[in-house]
Amino acid sequence: MFTRSLLAVLLCTAVSAQADTPNLGRPIAPGDVAPWDISIPPDGTGLPPGSGTVAQGEAVYTATCQKCHGEKGVGKPNDPLVGGQGTLAAPAVAIKTVGSFWPYATTLFDYIRRAMPVTAPKSLTDDQVYAVSAYILHLNGIINENDTMTAQTLPAVRMPNRDGFVVFTRNQPR
Amino acid sequence: MSIRCRPPETDQVAGNGLLDRRSLFKAGAAIAATTGTARAEPLKIAPWMTEPGAPFTPYGQPSHFESKVARTFASLPGTTGTGSSRTPLHLLEGTITPNGLHFERAHDGIPDIDPDQHQLVIHGLVQRTLSFSLAALARYPMVSRVAFIECGGNGGTLYQPKPAPLNLQGLHGLVSCAEWTGVPLSVLLQEAGVDPRAKWVLAEGGDAASMSRSIPVSKAMDDAIVALYQNGERIRPGNGYPMRLLLPGFEGNMQVKWLRRLKLVEGPMMTKDETSKYTITMPDGKTQQFVFPIETKSVITRPSPGYQMDGAGIYEISGIAWSGYGKITAVDVSADGGKSWAAAALQEPVLSKALTRFRLPWRWDGGPAVLQSRATDDQGFVQPGREALLAERGNRTIFHYNGITSWGVAATGELTHVYA
Repeated sequence: MFTRSLLAVLLCTAVSAQADTPNLGRPIAPGDVAPWDISIPPDGTGLPPGSGTVAQGEAVYTATCQKCHGEKGVGKPNDPLVGGQGTLAAPAVAIKTVGSFWPYATTLFDYIRRAMPVTAPKSLTDDQVYAVSAYILHLNGIINENDTMTAQTLPAVRMPNRDGFVVFTRNQPR
Repeated sequence: MSIRCRPPETDQVAGNGLLDRRSLFKAGAAIAATTGTARAEPLKIAPWMTEPGAPFTPYGQPSHFESKVARTFASLPGTTGTGSSRTPLHLLEGTITPNGLHFERAHDGIPDIDPDQHQLVIHGLVQRTLSFSLAALARYPMVSRVAFIECGGNGGTLYQPKPAPLNLQGLHGLVSCAEWTGVPLSVLLQEAGVDPRAKWVLAEGGDAASMSRSIPVSKAMDDAIVALYQNGERIRPGNGYPMRLLLPGFEGNMQVKWLRRLKLVEGPMMTKDETSKYTITMPDGKTQQFVFPIETKSVITRPSPGYQMDGAGIYEISGIAWSGYGKITAVDVSADGGKSWAAAALQEPVLSKALTRFRLPWRWDGGPAVLQSRATDDQGFVQPGREALLAERGNRTIFHYNGITSWGVAATGELTHVYA
């Protein structure tokens, strides 16, 4: 008797928890989310098929990126992408670029694919994004001239400032 | 009554003319009774009293006499919507920012989203992958909350070695406060069924830049809101129409606008804006990352640069204070560059993670002064001086400046941004 009433209480609790909120989200198959699922974590999960070389990337860069980021990524009018390695600690003037500052190469692919070029975001093919990522990494001396970036090679690139980040901890009362 | 009988100087509670916060109205009365001012002109009938006024309009606008109360903005070279617009804090009072003056930050323009086509998808480490239409979310039980939003880069110019010759809007105009209304994110996440392995949520906007940030699940389940309304009306396009993430107290960049996607994941995605931006590089070259809360901060809004003092006498020092950790419990004001401090009155209501208005009467003697404010919150955090902040942090970042701001008052009555 006791067990049965306890079970009834538990069932009611479970049912009412479901019924308490509207549950108006429509189920969508995980595969159908794929066109939106463009975030790439450091381990490279979700990187698409395809590849790009440094030489191919130079062509994409010159045609598409140079106007804002300067010849060979030196910057101006907008952010520099190249140089500054070894400048993060005082007393040097900190120059923060992909090469000197960014901890993960996957972020480069993620960001270029979603947001660049600023006048036509999402217009580059996956091959072009791999290629221009390769070119920027090569300009920074991080990969060789003959390297090719793919879903396998890009996450394996070790960025110079990979270990340069610590978690901000002053979020507790003093 | 007793105030009138005392010499006004006895109200002074700190150097250079700061008066007791409780004497605000009485002191004003005493001055009105004792200060000689020019006699007012004889009264006339104004023309707007002799003819019918303007007709009604569907959506009201401020008086055309107030056209200077406007945002200022700048965009990166070659773009028109990659940058920010700033709230004219020096021209506003109270704590709520009018919707047309709320600051905006956009990474590739403000999208023109059709609300009927917009969807919010929750996926990743969940039991049920779900898509919510705006119409569906509008049927959910809602909550309202007054909250400030501040860009993590607000005040960044105060890291520079010399004081930037800017006014309050140019220095700190990337903070605003509104009443936000929407659906608690925890409700939607519970419906999706979050896998215990999920510790982070990737939030992504439906703008051209698809701006994205990683947010701890603990915050998402705590006080996060999928906000649909801003001060009673649907969120303005520049602030995320038709929906934005509200994360009370956290830096603005994380409160993703035009919210279209939430992915539950085990680790942070390390997006561009949580690695190369919104981080604090320390003098040793190490960079502090995931600086979520906006730290305890305040500024004096009036008088501030651009305000012209009109002769010696009583002025109200008015300002705003805020903390991403909780409620403001005290604001101290100095008129002598931090040598002495007086406690300001806090205007009710004082709400957690919202702007708080403070006020203090000041008898300006017509001489040089340096005005400062210093906030304290209910978690024990005290706003640091600029020198103390830079001594700890250096100036290798532009983010999360919460040090004290100083206004120099010259004998001419002009105010400027100074370091003190």
